[in-house]
Amino acid sequence: MTAGPGQRSDAGAAEPLLAVKGLTIDLPGGARQRGLVEDVTFEVRKGQAVALIGESGCGKSLTSMAILGLLPAAVRVAAGSIHFDGVDLLTCNRKQLRKVRGGPVGMVFQEPMSSLNPTMTVGDQIAEVRRLHLGERRSVALKEASKLLSRVGIPNADRRLGSYPHEMSGGMQQRVMIAAAIACDPKLLIADEPTTALDVTIQAEILELLRDLRRDLDLAVLLVTHDLGVVADFCDDVVVMYAGHIAERTPVDRLFYEPQHPYSSALLAAVPQAGRARTSLTVIPGRVPSAGHFPGGCRFEPRCAHSVEDVCRRPQADTAIADDRRTRCGRVASGDLILKGTVRG
Amino acid sequence: MSAGMVIRRLGGGLLVLWLVSILTFLLVQLIPGDVAEVIAGENATVAEVSRIRIELGLDKPILEQYSSWFVGILQGDLGDSLFTNRSVADTIIEAAPPTVIITLMAIVVAVVIGVTAGIVAGLTQGSWIDRSVSALATLGIAMPSFWLAMVLVSVFALANPWLPATGYVDIREGFGEWLSYVILPSTALGLATAAELARHTRGCVADVLTRPYVRTARARGASGVWLVRRHILRNAAIPVVTVLGLQAGRLLGGVIVVEAVFGISGLGSLAINSVLQRNYPMIQGYVLFSAVIVVAINLIVDLAYGWINPKVRTA
Amino acid sequence: MTTATQSARPRHVIRTLLRQPASATAVGFIAILVFFAIAGPFVYPHDPEVQDLGNRFAEVSWTHLLGTDEFGRDVASRIIQASRIAVTAPLISVGVALLIGLPLGLWAGLRRGAVDAIAGRLADTILSLPALVAALAIIAVLGPGLVNAMLSIGIIFAPGLFRVVRGATLAVAEETFVDSAVAIGSSTRRTLWVHILPNIAAPLLVQVTILMGVALLVEASLSFIGLGVQPPDASWGSMLKAAYTNQFHSPFAVVPSGVAMVLTVLAFNTIGDSIRDAVGLRRRT
Repeated sequence: MTAGPGQRSDAGAAEPLLAVKGLTIDLPGGARQRGLVEDVTFEVRKGQAVALIGESGCGKSLTSMAILGLLPAAVRVAAGSIHFDGVDLLTCNRKQLRKVRGGPVGMVFQEPMSSLNPTMTVGDQIAEVRRLHLGERRSVALKEASKLLSRVGIPNADRRLGSYPHEMSGGMQQRVMIAAAIACDPKLLIADEPTTALDVTIQAEILELLRDLRRDLDLAVLLVTHDLGVVADFCDDVVVMYAGHIAERTPVDRLFYEPQHPYSSALLAAVPQAGRARTSLTVIPGRVPSAGHFPGGCRFEPRCAHSVEDVCRRPQADTAIADDRRTRCGRVASGDLILKGTVRG
Repeated sequence: MSAGMVIRRLGGGLLVLWLVSILTFLLVQLIPGDVAEVIAGENATVAEVSRIRIELGLDKPILEQYSSWFVGILQGDLGDSLFTNRSVADTIIEAAPPTVIITLMAIVVAVVIGVTAGIVAGLTQGSWIDRSVSALATLGIAMPSFWLAMVLVSVFALANPWLPATGYVDIREGFGEWLSYVILPSTALGLATAAELARHTRGCVADVLTRPYVRTARARGASGVWLVRRHILRNAAIPVVTVLGLQAGRLLGGVIVVEAVFGISGLGSLAINSVLQRNYPMIQGYVLFSAVIVVAINLIVDLAYGWINPKVRTA
Repeated sequence: MTTATQSARPRHVIRTLLRQPASATAVGFIAILVFFAIAGPFVYPHDPEVQDLGNRFAEVSWTHLLGTDEFGRDVASRIIQASRIAVTAPLISVGVALLIGLPLGLWAGLRRGAVDAIAGRLADTILSLPALVAALAIIAVLGPGLVNAMLSIGIIFAPGLFRVVRGATLAVAEETFVDSAVAIGSSTRRTLWVHILPNIAAPLLVQVTILMGVALLVEASLSFIGLGVQPPDASWGSMLKAAYTNQFHSPFAVVPSGVAMVLTVLAFNTIGDSIRDAVGLRRRT
């Protein structure tokens, strides 16, 4: 990086922090090869919060794992690119990838209990990040770990350094995970269902913490979740995934006014709304098809309330309908179908 | 591990030892016929039989016999040998060093070979290394240690005169000398346990690798030796330590036969001769001594388990 | 439990055993061994008892496929003769263990109470001793010899079988169908035969197969140190002892009986592991 400051900021404005293009993940195995994620494209700009949303089995977690090369051994990336800060994480060498992991990109996982090493103190697990990336001595790194624990709202941080994960509550464990993820001042935090395994009250606290950190550290966040309620007041952009595809990409406020994919509107309808009496529980009929059993046409067609013959039986293309909006529903793209949001605009 | 826990484990061990002492005592009572006559042999005179009867206290009521025997044990008095009139305790302590040392060295062999092979196999699942380790382990488990001992003697002592075929020298005679006598017996004894450990270690490493915390560590940039040492080994070690404890008994049994192959006069030959001569006080002492060692090893394993596994330590 | 019960059906187990190359080979090997044990006298190449002192330690040849021993006896024939003990010794040992462990385990698992407490304590105590040490102690009482050695091995195996049976029975007894069987007036014996035994069969079968191999090893160990089979009877263990004594003259002598033993134990272990996998029990990793 010999570029001057002016050039640097120009490049920053033009180039997103994270750019995922045409990402395709499959389960190799000859004739039984199955596509799990197909042609996924989205961006996260500096300081922006983007949600990856969908029911479980949609491929959103796999997508987030692929960014840092953490896919399970049986699964592989078949096509696409993942650029972070200008470097393609799929083609760079292992050493470069290791520098990114835990350095400029931090990651928080779903189940804090099983995602923390049970035989290591929480202090050592946080300090580990600084020792690996900054080469700090253990004693120095532990001092920093103590500051980080305070930062994520754990009282008596110095004493808590020596605790083991099983001695803490789920909420505390998730705070430790976050502390380790931000230990090296990352630019991007990937949070894979960070609140799903927690009690409702704790969920709110953790989200509050993430919001604070985002503001204070100018942190970009990629939030993987199935909870639209979380998305509404935390994220800027939403990427809705269904059966390995992106169904819709949109700024979050527009999603609630005018969803551009029947799946998005079905998800919206399934969210309990304050002040709106619900006479019947709205759920999407059927289940997400499993990989290898995706329908040949629109993948949502079998469950879609707006499906019509012909159009929906053909594969759907990812179509731009505005500068910042894309949909994979042919009927919406052609203006044939206009969906109503849950919020009147 | 908390002090209370150590005391509880110690108490459990002592209870087992007490029960073993009852079984050992009853052993002599179970001998069919008149014990004193059986021990004295067919050609014994009446005087000899009654001497043995009095010597063993067989003329007294059974509870009194047990309590006086048990009090003796507590004071380290296991009675005297029926043939040499030397104290059982002294004889055992004299015979013990080669046996104990070969067993300990066998544990070292087992841990070094078994755990290393298991880790490598677990980290390279599906590779040719992994498959060879699994095949060798399956073979090793099926191989009797005394046969392995004979094969090792054939190859390393008879066909090639590299190591002595029989005997044992004390470590005070020189380390190299001692090692040359200890290598073959402890390898023969330890390899089956190494095979068992390799299997378990491989399974544990493979299991730990699928755990979310290993993924977390990778997400933090950990890799290679750092990842293996801090995140994989310690977690995989927890079940492996338990297996090692279970194998201690197998080693203490196997050493009897391995000693016989190498002509080492340790506890094994003492035990075999005592059985052949019906030297009951000696057998009782030997069984009790073995039980003490097993209980001690299990106690050490429990402590190690607590040291490795923080969930036990702080519970 | 229901899935394990269904997959534990004999037909399923046998089919799985014969479908995999490893376990099919193992089953074939044991079948040949049993054939040798029964038909031994008809298939010996030579009389295993006949000595030919002019032809001691003969090399491997077409007449003597595995050479001759220290008395000039044909080793191949003696291996075949000894297969009888290799089959019967484990059968008797495991039979004795079953005779003690099965009823006690069933009783303890079903009724709990004093039997459970006492037998459990006793089992723990015996299991705290190394198997071979305990075997020596029992032989000290019974005296050396093949039958006593097999008895002592059986007694040592009993606590392990007791634990397996008790554990499995306890688990099955807590299932509702046993309660309902008792509720409709099924007698204890009927409950045992119809409801419990079929359900503990799988873990028991696995344990028994593995113990067969261990019994063979312990029998060989005892024969090797002179406390098991006595001459002139041939067992692989006693043959190994003789081969050991003459190791300087004929290093090859330790190979035939040793390999026969390793292969047999390997076969029992392979079958045990395959049954374990077939019935969906957890592998001992």
